[in-house]
Amino acid sequence: MSAAIVAEGLTKRFGRFTAVDNISFTADEGKITALLGPSGSGKSTVLRMIAGLETPDEGRIWLGTNEQTRKRVQERRFGFVFQHYALFRHMTVRDNIAFGLSVRHEPRARRDLRVDELLRLVQLEPFADRYPDQLSGGQRQRVALARALAPRPEVLLLDEPFGALDARVRRELRTWLDDLHRELGVTSLLVTHDQEEALELAHSVVVMHQARIEQIGPPEEIYNRPASPFVAGFVGSANVITGVVIEGRVAFGTYSIGGADHLPDGLEAHAYVRARSVHVARRPIGTATLPATVERAVRLGWMTKLHMRLGDGQRVTAEVGNDEAYGLTDGQAIYVDLREAKVFESAPPT
Amino acid sequence: MSVANGSSSRAGAAPASQWILIGLAAGYVTILLVAPLGGIAASVIAGGLDTLTSTLTAAEVMHSFWLTAIITVLTVGVTVVFGVVVAIVLTRDRFVGRRLLSAIVDLPLAVSPVIVGLMAVILFGRGGWFEPFFSAQGIQVLFALPSMLLVTIFICIPFVIREIAPVLNELGTQEEDAARTLGASSIQAFWRVTLPNIRWALLYGAALTGARALGEIGAVLVVSGAIQGQTETATLYVLRALEERQDASAYVVAVSLAAISIVLLIGIEVLKRRSVTAKEVA
Repeated sequence: MSAAIVAEGLTKRFGRFTAVDNISFTADEGKITALLGPSGSGKSTVLRMIAGLETPDEGRIWLGTNEQTRKRVQERRFGFVFQHYALFRHMTVRDNIAFGLSVRHEPRARRDLRVDELLRLVQLEPFADRYPDQLSGGQRQRVALARALAPRPEVLLLDEPFGALDARVRRELRTWLDDLHRELGVTSLLVTHDQEEALELAHSVVVMHQARIEQIGPPEEIYNRPASPFVAGFVGSANVITGVVIEGRVAFGTYSIGGADHLPDGLEAHAYVRARSVHVARRPIGTATLPATVERAVRLGWMTKLHMRLGDGQRVTAEVGNDEAYGLTDGQAIYVDLREAKVFESAPPT
Repeated sequence: MSVANGSSSRAGAAPASQWILIGLAAGYVTILLVAPLGGIAASVIAGGLDTLTSTLTAAEVMHSFWLTAIITVLTVGVTVVFGVVVAIVLTRDRFVGRRLLSAIVDLPLAVSPVIVGLMAVILFGRGGWFEPFFSAQGIQVLFALPSMLLVTIFICIPFVIREIAPVLNELGTQEEDAARTLGASSIQAFWRVTLPNIRWALLYGAALTGARALGEIGAVLVVSGAIQGQTETATLYVLRALEERQDASAYVVAVSLAAISIVLLIGIEVLKRRSVTAKEVA
């Protein structure tokens, strides 16, 4: 029923601007794959090319062993969910969901049965005769999903499906989509700029930046072993500490951090460390910790955010448990543990 | 409490200036539109029922209405079809000269209808560019229906385009994209998604076109020759009747034309309202 999507060397230019530059990846059969990146990274263009809404300048698209590159949108029959729903505003919920079946001349009785089934699936039975502008954002997106699923597509393409919704509805729909996907097992490709969404839903994450792929891997690998400074900086909020490599360490001021064995001496380097990976102590722990000053301790209830400055004035933010920050006051001198930092040579993305 | 006071004082202050504005708008419309129409209507009623029936049943009047009807229906048909095509091209496609084309579309609004008629005479009259071709085919363009139709269409080109282009712009291509991902061909997407979305703008544009075509006189006067019982439209009849001091007949035809236009516009409004309330009830 479902099959893998394979993108092979996809390139798309708009005039002199290259939106997508030689991209290849596989979205595994029956799994959710996320295309994660900031806006303008080209991820939506990749999705639109796979759907057939844009024609790639180079490269090929496969569904399993079946090439799709030259097929027209309506022949591909991939379900597509748009960020702004794109519901047919002059049709009721029922007619919206039935659209994909009626353009294919599905017999009326079978069509009605399928629409009822989907209305149940997306829990919108009482709203069948409403028009899109009489629904909330979350309800509209559920209609859009039901409409895309009605013709039983082999592939589901989701373009920032929760992007236009408020945070609470986003989280609700995310869990709901996860459940739904477990039930249906349709190969899905999810475009998002929300790392939490990608990490939570996807079986595999493709991180894109400036038209290229930065890293492909399962969520824990993307999070814990970023392959590039961009991934280190984009996924999870990271501190960036700048210094010069001396004997495998990044030196700044009179201090240094380890982890630069792969870089030659004298090179400028950046150490990336997530706020959640920074730890603090009242006393130095051997040579592992560096002195710092607490500028501001913000207590959020479930954790404490510490804004600190290192000896040479560079800023570091830590998100620590309340116990770890217990009694710390603004201006207090403490020690930070930055051993989880990842060192890269290039400049951080701006 | 202060909030309630603030809103009530605002609500209290508004009516004075608001009523002045409403009065100005209503007065302006009444003086310039309703009064003249009422005046003509009153003189028709004063003329009595006899003038009404005798005028409307006169052969030349019936023929002029028939001619006006043909021109109006054909003009609406042509401008609707081409208007939709041009509006889609102007809003969806990016090409060199798009702005120029967009400006040219408005040209008929800027050019006096008499000049439009003159252009047709220059093109199709004796020694005109297209004259040899049509005379070889034995087709009479000038002083006949073809040229009258041509100039009316020329003048009516902008209405449909200018009504639907903003709607198409606002609509974007998302719904059409969605239709195609659901298996609809481009033609199915147009009929089932785009057309229903622009239908009110299209109908309104068609109604404006119809009203304009009904009332067109300048260009038609130049190209038709206003031959009684042959190329005389209803507006041309009004003009001739006035010149011949048959004021009563002129008023009857004029009021009939105005009434048709008004009914057309009211009809569209009613249809629109009915569909909106039907949607709200559902």
